[in-house]
Amino acid sequence: MSTSAAVDDLLRRLAPQVLGRLVRRYRQFDAAEDAVQEALLAAAVQWPEAGIPDNPRGWLITVAVRRLTDQVRSDRSRRRREAMAAALSPADELVAAGPSEQRSAHRDDTLLLLFLCCHPALTPASQVALTLRAVGGLTTAQIASAFLVPEATMAQRISRAKQQIKAAGAASDRPPQVEWPNRVQAVLHVLYLIFNEGYTATAGPDLQRRELTREAIRLTRAVHALLPGDGEVAGLLALMLLTDARRPARTRPDGSLVPLAEQDRSKWSQGPIEEGIALITRSLERAVIGPYQLQAAIAAVHAEAARAEDTDWPQILALYQLLERVSPNPMVTLNHAVAVAMVGGPREGLELLAGLDTDHRVAGHHRLDAVRAHLLEMTGDRAAARAGYQRAARRTTSLPERRYLESRAAALSGEGT
Amino acid sequence: MKYVLLIYNNPATYASWSDEERDALGGEVDGIMTELTESGELVGGEALADASNAKTVRVRSGVPAVTDGPFAEAKEQLAGYLIVDCETTDRAVEIATRWPDARYFAMEVRPLMDTAGAEM
Repeated sequence: MSTSAAVDDLLRRLAPQVLGRLVRRYRQFDAAEDAVQEALLAAAVQWPEAGIPDNPRGWLITVAVRRLTDQVRSDRSRRRREAMAAALSPADELVAAGPSEQRSAHRDDTLLLLFLCCHPALTPASQVALTLRAVGGLTTAQIASAFLVPEATMAQRISRAKQQIKAAGAASDRPPQVEWPNRVQAVLHVLYLIFNEGYTATAGPDLQRRELTREAIRLTRAVHALLPGDGEVAGLLALMLLTDARRPARTRPDGSLVPLAEQDRSKWSQGPIEEGIALITRSLERAVIGPYQLQAAIAAVHAEAARAEDTDWPQILALYQLLERVSPNPMVTLNHAVAVAMVGGPREGLELLAGLDTDHRVAGHHRLDAVRAHLLEMTGDRAAARAGYQRAARRTTSLPERRYLESRAAALSGEGT
Repeated sequence: MKYVLLIYNNPATYASWSDEERDALGGEVDGIMTELTESGELVGGEALADASNAKTVRVRSGVPAVTDGPFAEAKEQLAGYLIVDCETTDRAVEIATRWPDARYFAMEVRPLMDTAGAEM
């Protein structure tokens, strides 16, 4: 790794710790973020030349606090200046701490920053943007380009999110311990959204969007390091690794989608599969079970099958039954129905789907039409399957999905109908 | 999810209004645009020139035919659009409901296709 790449890597790791520390101390998310950005910029310029300081984290905190103080001094509002100056303490106080104290303080700083960015007062889109900006250290331009919106729109979304945090009085307050499980859940959900945004991106124009997958895995890995005993964190990390391992096989060079059953499994990335399986195996043995772990376990069963026909469907079915109990929702039922069909035949799967027609969360959703069409195709009812694929193709708002569904419908139009 | 909000109106009706009426509607539009900008939902949007400035292009058997402007019988024409990035369809519909042209003419809310997709 070159010096400047090593510096970049180090800065991205330290940035959330430094920001978390400043926000916790000064309760000014906006001002703290500006100050940390300036400190990071200074480091990115100076360190590759002058070398990485002995205590890089302390260096960043010192510089950021100095910038924050400058900002306060130049603030036009006299009252605000006085109030804040009183609150500011020398940077030494923040930097100096015993080694054990330091370790748990770093942990808290990053976690509290994540809690703040994923605060329940924010919309999911704002949580995602703020997390990528403040914890991930992505530039506003990078985030905007990943979400295909103008930079000004993304800048506004981030600034609005900061205002909402301020309005909710949430900045830097440490949530009581009883709220932690919910707050961790919120963080995991945001990381999962970021992952999916990148994972579902197809080839070509979406390259920048794909970076989101890597970023989500990096951040989830960091949370896993902070909360190693949390089974759901481990489960989400495993789920991401096992899912992302299929990426080289999930699209053709022209960007069209390849369903799981038809993927060239020799293209799956073995490293992440091994890591994901090890993670989920360890977690299922020790931790309290939850939906991310169950989904990871299902992904692991798929990953272990050398060929689609070797898939251990009874085990997948058992896992879906558990998942329905732990986290009942219609999207789970859809996948559950496929597992039921693979084990007990398509008729049984179709019966399970029938219950979803009256569920407003999924009735009219293209995935319901697509799964039903697939099961109808298994029964040999080509005409009904074809109509189902066509309906799904009209309903999806994804271009590659529409193309895939149209081709499934077209394949059923020839002889045999 | 991104949506395009297609704005339809009738230029003749619009022209029959007083300046005050038009200003009031313009003020409503400015208010909504400010709100969408501040919320980070506004992706873009443009007003279209009157349909009499339009050209309709058709190519049949390789032969292009370019004809002028509007279809005379069309009372409502596409006057502009905005693109918003909203959490829900309900929110996109709510924005369209408040857009003044919805009261006199019509707004059409259409999801934009995404280039991302999940394999099945």
